[in-house]
Amino acid sequence: MKPRTKRLFFVLLALCCVGAASALIGKAMKGNLAYLHTPEEVLGGEVPKGQVFRLGGLVKEGSLKRSATELEARFIVRDNRNHEITVVTTKILPDLFSEGKSQVSRGKMGDDGLFYAEEVLAKHDAEYMPKELSDTLNKEHAPAKANSVKETKTKGTY
Amino acid sequence: MKINWFKYSAPMSFYPLAGKLIPLFWIAAIMLILGGLYWGFFKTADILNDQKQYYRIIYVHVASAWMAMWLYAVMVFWAMLGLIFNTRLSYMLASATAVTGTVMTIIALATGAIWGKTSWGTYWDWDPKLTTFLILLFVYIGYIALQSAIDDVRRSDKASALLALVGLALVPIIYYAVNCPDPTQCASLHQESSLKRVESNILIGMLVTTLGFWMYSFATTLMRARIIVLERERSTTWVSNLPEISLAETSNSKIEARTETRS
Repeated sequence: MKPRTKRLFFVLLALCCVGAASALIGKAMKGNLAYLHTPEEVLGGEVPKGQVFRLGGLVKEGSLKRSATELEARFIVRDNRNHEITVVTTKILPDLFSEGKSQVSRGKMGDDGLFYAEEVLAKHDAEYMPKELSDTLNKEHAPAKANSVKETKTKGTY
Repeated sequence: MKINWFKYSAPMSFYPLAGKLIPLFWIAAIMLILGGLYWGFFKTADILNDQKQYYRIIYVHVASAWMAMWLYAVMVFWAMLGLIFNTRLSYMLASATAVTGTVMTIIALATGAIWGKTSWGTYWDWDPKLTTFLILLFVYIGYIALQSAIDDVRRSDKASALLALVGLALVPIIYYAVNCPDPTQCASLHQESSLKRVESNILIGMLVTTLGFWMYSFATTLMRARIIVLERERSTTWVSNLPEISLAETSNSKIEARTETRS
């Protein structure tokens, strides 16, 4: 065997090892790297009490309420299986934060069952479309859904 | 006709060829980047479904992030060729690519931070995608550091090539950190990177800028590779016979002569 062929096999073997390592790390990240917890996990008692964690989920339509005198805001975070947790925050909400959209907030569960967030972040999806185009697409594809969203979108500001 | 692939693996024939190609890549880079940014800034909608004007940083962010990952693969490709064939030029190209890759990674992280502050509400978060991308930056820096830490060029080339090869494990992880089939299994703050729901005008801007960044990467990598060639081959006759080198040497000797007469 020529030394060149030997080295080729060595490099290919190394590549296979790297590929396996990559696959294993990817698998480990899916299982253990809990970046955020869903309301279902929190209500199910999977998150230890008094621990700082991230709560992910959708902001419930019509649930955002701002205090008249303080910077405090409250909103309900829900998942797709209707588990709900009320979040209390005194931080400034990001530009993209809105009802019906995803958010990730970091904080602790209080003894009163409320989630006190030190930081509220807004998530956005990978949709990059002008507003008009997106609206027409929504109307064409799901007219019933678009209407129902509009009806329930009543902002509580007081 | 049999093409002699090894002809251009000789630094002597690479050096003039790269010199001819560099201006072409610069012209292509400037035209594509300006064209892509013009299209992105003036031919696309001001306000998206949820995001406002600030989404336009996407043209720089996506292009640099793609290039950061792509250049890593290119760097590993050259490092592997070097390991297998023991060609000097492959190692030189690998280390030339590393610097441009580092720059692209820094640009992607910086523009991502600016975009993140305006849309998500934070410059940085220890989200899987962001964290793995930061590790990519450290691997790039580690590669450059390892290469410059060992004085013997042949040994430093081999050691850093192995490091690059091991670091390749990161690239698929960065990609799959947000793009796994079941979104509940890989929750993250960063949105998935799919081109399916991107409006065509925005897509054009993104792809043209990316192509421009690619041409820029070619230009800078070749320029840096030429410098490395000169550095490593400085004792050879073909380098000392180069017009730019002999000119520089004569002017240097003139200066030396002048200082000698003065003293």
